[in-house]
Formats: sequence, C-alpha cells, structure tokens
Amino acid sequence: MSVAHDVGVTGVGVLQVVVIGIGGLVLLGLMRKVRARIEGRVGAPVLQPLRDVRKLMRKERLRPEFASWIFPLAPVVLVATVTVAALMTPLITTHPPLAGGSDLFVVVYLLLLGSTLVALAGLDTGTAFGGMGSSRALTIGALAEPALLVTILALSVSSHSSNFPVIVRATLADPAVIISPARLFALAALLIVIIAESGRLPVDNPATHLELTMIKEAMILEYSGPDLALVTLGEAMRLALLLGVLVNLSLPWGVASSTSVGALAIGTIVLCAKVAAVASALSFVEVFLAKLRLFRLPELLAGAFVLALLGVVSGVVTK
Amino acid sequence: MNAAIELGELLESSGSLRRSVQVSSDELVEFAALMLERRYRLALVCAVDTGIDIRVNYLFVTGPPDRRIELVVTTARDNAAVPSLARLSFAAGRFEREMRDLFGIEPVGHPAPHRLVLHQHWPEGWHPLRYDAPASVPMAEDSASYPFVEVQGAGVYEIPIGPVHAGIIEPGHFRFSVVGETILKMKARLWFVHKGIERLFEGRDYQFGVELAEKISGDSAVGHSLAFCRAAEEALGVALSPRAEELRTVLLELERLYNHVADVGALCNDVGFGLAQAKALTLRERLLRLNREVTGHRLLRGGIAVGGAKVITLPSAEVLDAIGKEFDALVALARGQGTVMDRFKGTGVLQLVDVEEMGVLGVAARASGSSYDARRAHPVGATLAGFTPALSTEGDVQARFNVRVEEVAASLSILRDYCSSSGDLSVSTVLGTIASNVSGSGIVEGWRGAIVHRVEIDKGVLTRVKVVDPSFFNWPALAISLADTIVPDFPLVNKSFNLSYAGNDL
Repeated sequence: MSVAHDVGVTGVGVLQVVVIGIGGLVLLGLMRKVRARIEGRVGAPVLQPLRDVRKLMRKERLRPEFASWIFPLAPVVLVATVTVAALMTPLITTHPPLAGGSDLFVVVYLLLLGSTLVALAGLDTGTAFGGMGSSRALTIGALAEPALLVTILALSVSSHSSNFPVIVRATLADPAVIISPARLFALAALLIVIIAESGRLPVDNPATHLELTMIKEAMILEYSGPDLALVTLGEAMRLALLLGVLVNLSLPWGVASSTSVGALAIGTIVLCAKVAAVASALSFVEVFLAKLRLFRLPELLAGAFVLALLGVVSGVVTK
Repeated sequence: MNAAIELGELLESSGSLRRSVQVSSDELVEFAALMLERRYRLALVCAVDTGIDIRVNYLFVTGPPDRRIELVVTTARDNAAVPSLARLSFAAGRFEREMRDLFGIEPVGHPAPHRLVLHQHWPEGWHPLRYDAPASVPMAEDSASYPFVEVQGAGVYEIPIGPVHAGIIEPGHFRFSVVGETILKMKARLWFVHKGIERLFEGRDYQFGVELAEKISGDSAVGHSLAFCRAAEEALGVALSPRAEELRTVLLELERLYNHVADVGALCNDVGFGLAQAKALTLRERLLRLNREVTGHRLLRGGIAVGGAKVITLPSAEVLDAIGKEFDALVALARGQGTVMDRFKGTGVLQLVDVEEMGVLGVAARASGSSYDARRAHPVGATLAGFTPALSTEGDVQARFNVRVEEVAASLSILRDYCSSSGDLSVSTVLGTIASNVSGSGIVEGWRGAIVHRVEIDKGVLTRVKVVDPSFFNWPALAISLADTIVPDFPLVNKSFNLSYAGNDL
C-alpha cells in the first residue's frame, strides 16, 4: 500500500481539509445571514467569520494567569482532531486519504477528543463561568454519546461495516437503503446529536450574551486572539464536517468515486451545495425555535437514543 | 397624647386626605404599626437636614380614595438617631440603611445596620446629604469587603457575575450560591451608578428640576418628571386643568407602551426566540418615532413642566390601531411557541405574601395578585377614575409577561380615548406667589410601578428632593423569587422584573 505517496490522494486530503476549513467558516456566516434575513435584518456579510478569524489571528493572546498547559493545548487539539477526521471522512470523494482507518467510531471519538479537551480547558481557567460551561457541555455530551453510538450501529447494519467509506459506497450502490426505516431513524437521531454537539438551538443559543445561560460560549470565554481564532475555526470545521457526514449518508449522489480533477471539482461543488442547503434549512428552522430549559435536554437526547435504537431494531428485523 | 388623638381622627376619617403629623421618637414605632395595620404602605422615607436639626418624614399612603399621611420625627444633628421600623416593615429597614449612609442617622434597633448606598471605599463619617458635607472626599481602599453571606455545604459553590456584563446593560454585581444548577441564594450588590442625583436637585429653581427628573432613569422620563411635577405642584398649591392631566396621561401611557413592548420581545430573546425580539424591536422603533412626533424626543422628554404639559401632536386612532395589531401579532407569535411558554411557566415564582411583606410594586406585584396601581389608588383629577389594573395570580415569569401584554392593551385603549378628543396641545398654569418652606408629594404609576417624589421648595428653590423608584422596593423581591430556580433561568427572571439600576442607585 503505497497510497501515501500518491499525489492524487494527498491532493484529495488537502482539498477536503481546505474545503471544510474555509467552508466551515462560510457556513457560520451563511447560517447567521439566513437568520438575519428571516428576522428582517440585513445581517453581517457571509464572509464575516473568515474576517473575524483573520482579525483574531493578529490580536494579542491573553491567557489566564493560573491556567495549565491544557488551556493552550485544547484549541490546537480541537483543530487537529477535526483535520484528521476530515481526512478520514468520505466528503468529496468516497476514497478519502485515510480510508483504511476511517471507522465511524474512530471519527466520532476523534471529534469527542477535541470537545473534551475544550471542556477541560474551561475548567482549567478556574473561573466560575468556565466550570459552569464545561459541566453543562459534558452533561450534554454524556447524554448524546449513547445516542451517537447506537446511531453508528444502526448505520452499520445495512452495510455490515462501520467503515465510513464502505457505508457511503454501499449507499451509492443501493440508494434504496436511504429510505429504509433503519437509515431514517438513524439520520433523525444523528441530526439531534449534531445539534446538541454543535451548540445550536434548541440546546444552546449561539447568539446569546447572557453569561449564565451559556454552554459552549461559557467554556471558551477566556480564549482570546489566535487561541480564540483556532477555537472558532475548530468549532466551524466540526459543524461543517458533521453536516457533511449527514448529507453524504442521506443524499450521497455527487460524491466523487475517483480522484480525477473533474470528479473532485463536481464533488466539491455538490458537497458545498448540499451542506449549504441543509445548514440554511437548519438555520431557518432555528429562527422559529426557542431554547429548551436545561433540565429538559435529557428528554430530547433520550428521544435521539430511542430513535437510534429503533433504527438498529428495524435494521435487524428487516434483514 | 396630642399626636395620637390627631392620628386617630385622621384614620377614622374618610375620603381623600393629605396630612402631616408631628410625632415624637417614642411614638413613632407605635404609630407606624397602626398605619401599617390599616393597610397603608410606607411609600417613602425622607430625611431633611435643616442645619439646626434633622427631620425625618415617613410617608404612608393608601388608596383609593387617595390618602397620604406623613409622620414627622425630629432628631438632633449630633448623634442623630431614630427608632428603627425594620421589624415592622422590610422596606423601612432599607430606607433606614439609606438614611444611615447619606445622613448619618442611626436606626436604633435595626437588625442589620449595614451600609447600603455607599460602597466601602467611601470614608466613614461622610454623609453626603448633610448640608455641610464636603462635595468630594478622598476615596479609601475597599476596606471591609461586602458582607456576602457564604452558604456552606457539600457541593455548594459561588458564581459571581458583574458589575461589568457581557451585554450592554447597567452595572450590578450578583452572587449566586449554587448546588449543581439550583440557586440556593442570590445576593445583589447595587449602587454602582450612585451619582448623588438627590443632591443635584438642591439649589435648583423648581422649574429646572424637571429636566433632572427626566434623567433619573432614562426609560422612565415621563414617570419621574410627572412625579416630580405633581410633588412640586402640591407644594406650590397649583391646581391643573383637566386638559393638562389628559396630556400627561397620554405621555405616561406612551412611555408604558414602548417599554412593555420592548420587554415582551426581550423576554422572548432571553429564551433564544430571536424572531419575536426582532419583531418587538421593530415595533419599539416605530413607537420611539411616534414619541418624537408627539414630544420632539424619542424618550418623551420635554413634554411635562411644572404647571402644565405640551405636545406637538397626538397619535391618530389609525396609528394606535396599527400598533395594536402589530403587537397582537407579536404576542400571538410568542404564545404560539410552546417552548417559550414552557420556559415562562412556573419560573421565578413570587408569592403574594412576599409581595405584601416587601412592598413590591408595579408589574411584579400585579402578576402575583396584588391590585395596587397608583393610577387607581392615587388618581389626579378625573383621569382614570375607576381604572381596573391587569391582574394575574401565578406570580411566575409567564404572569409578568401576561400582565405586560394586558397593560399594553389597556394603555392603547386609554390613548384612544384621550387622543380622540380635541383640545389644546399645550397647557400651562400661571403660578401665583411662591411660598416659602412648602412641601408636597407626587405619586405616579410608571411602567415599572409606583414612582414617588417628595419635594421641598423655599421661595422657588428646591431645598430637598427625595426620589423613590419602584426598583428600590422590587430588587430584594427578585432574590426571593429565585428560590428553586436554576442558574440558566436567572437572566429570564431578571428580565421579567426588568428593574432599573439608575433609578435604584440614584
């Protein structure tokens, strides 16, 4: 296996990471724009998050006096794990560079590693808000994780494999599997988990300025300058990646099955279009949602777990 | 027992009443207890340093009919002291702490005579409202830190927040003692924006007191300036034409309107329902522009003067109907969102018994079933006689939301009545000879609750102005309503009270 020296595979890797990186930030801007327009506001330009990150990269880095090495490490790990996950996931092509190790469990836990470190960094700051945010984020994470595991199981049933590219290829070969109850239940559960994990309404309000209600924002309150830029980038990439996973499991058409330039170009455009459409739809729905009371979140995530479980059961039964 | 007989006769009499009774220090507690027993509320306590001695005026009010009885106690300037009423009335205890800071009057028998207004870096023995107090003093180090009660126990931790916040709001420091997410105790430290506004009134011509009163709390320009004018007019013995009161009522209800609309949107925003907030802000902007058409100022400044009121134009019935329609759509949007109502319901419950104990006022009180409304209790002229305030009994965020919604409808209906009748757009009263050493009180139901001013005028010059914003009564109630509330619900409960820092800190 000398794929590592294959220029095509390296190119694919770079392409996927760049598309997820820049695309993630644009995605944030797009979602804010959609929300603004529905609320009757003009809203910031779609490219604003890119500019924000560029601005933050140039600003001074302030770190809490008593924070340990975890605090500066967390943003780096967050971006690194998402980058590796982007190399494993069949987003633009069904043959990602790290296809061999691209087990869904690995992808999911790589992403969790990043968010867990950010939660630890929240505790590391020693402030009340950091601890509060971390405690809430980990509570939600702990509730979301079983749902996510069972979701992966439900996705693996049809293709007898938890290898992500294999699942996507099997889906492309037999699209009927998408409308099987197993897949539909699993996708519904996955959607709820993605919303919870990326801190969107009704779980967390990404636009709030009220410190006491924050979850994600409270954890990263002490980050500034380049550190904050990395956290913003990492979170945006993760959202883009998760939505990319969602669309490729539900509408896999257009994913390049070779590494030719033409196929990759089409794959990139199709992926961006699909993710943009799903993100806009999410943002549209968000406008009409309010944030759930913190103690109601277990009910929502338990719902996701039940959906995933139904997915597994129906997958096994309809075999 | 001269005063006892006088007071007894006053209490037995019927109809409206405004009277001041001199009592001795020994009689004060007994008489105050008698007044409170008769369902009078302590609306204001105002100390006055005459230079010879210190006079403390306790204003008790009830209504309808509009009855105001003032108990007046005199004490020496050196070692000034009055018997404490803190065990009779919670609010009295806070007024006494305020007087202790600003006048150096010791409340004898007060259970917790801590500093209230002046933070610890102000020097001991400096009482800024004494007439001979130096205008500026060197600031000391924050010597004794604020006596926060520390809650102890397994898993209890503290969350400090403010006085500088992430949003653009006024400064206040809140300290939460929390187990998990449940609030055990919340203590607010305020008076970060104490600016000595009562002292700023002193020495001004009474006509120029209005512009200062408008700035006590920016969102209550009409409420405070009207309370000031009513107090000054009572002191000067001015009777206003019904038309002047009509115009004032219009301005007061316009103020209620734009603030309640903003609150309805802000409550939705605090549970993440930004759509309703966006619509509310649009409507609020429309109302602010209407305000500018009516008075020339977006926050309704300049419409009220001692002895009169003036507007440029009055809103037409069509404009009011359009606003009403838009507001109904906004409320329907909020009420149609299940999660929003779920967040409101049962959150931050304030019991009626606490309302009565603490003297809570306004929207917060009416949402818990207390029907006190200065528009009904202390009407001026024929305006709003027989007005029925909106009422709810649940005492939660939803009840406060609902009371606001109903008050908007009521304000619109009052405005429709008063704006349809034609009449002068500017009314002023010729003021006769200006007496020396006169005093008066003014009570206005501002959008937050009853605002009370007490004014003393000597030959046209203000010698003492005491201001009480309803926030002064309501801040402690916020802490009480948080029992068993979870931390992430605090901003919502806080918003449902929407108290003024500027009006409280003065």
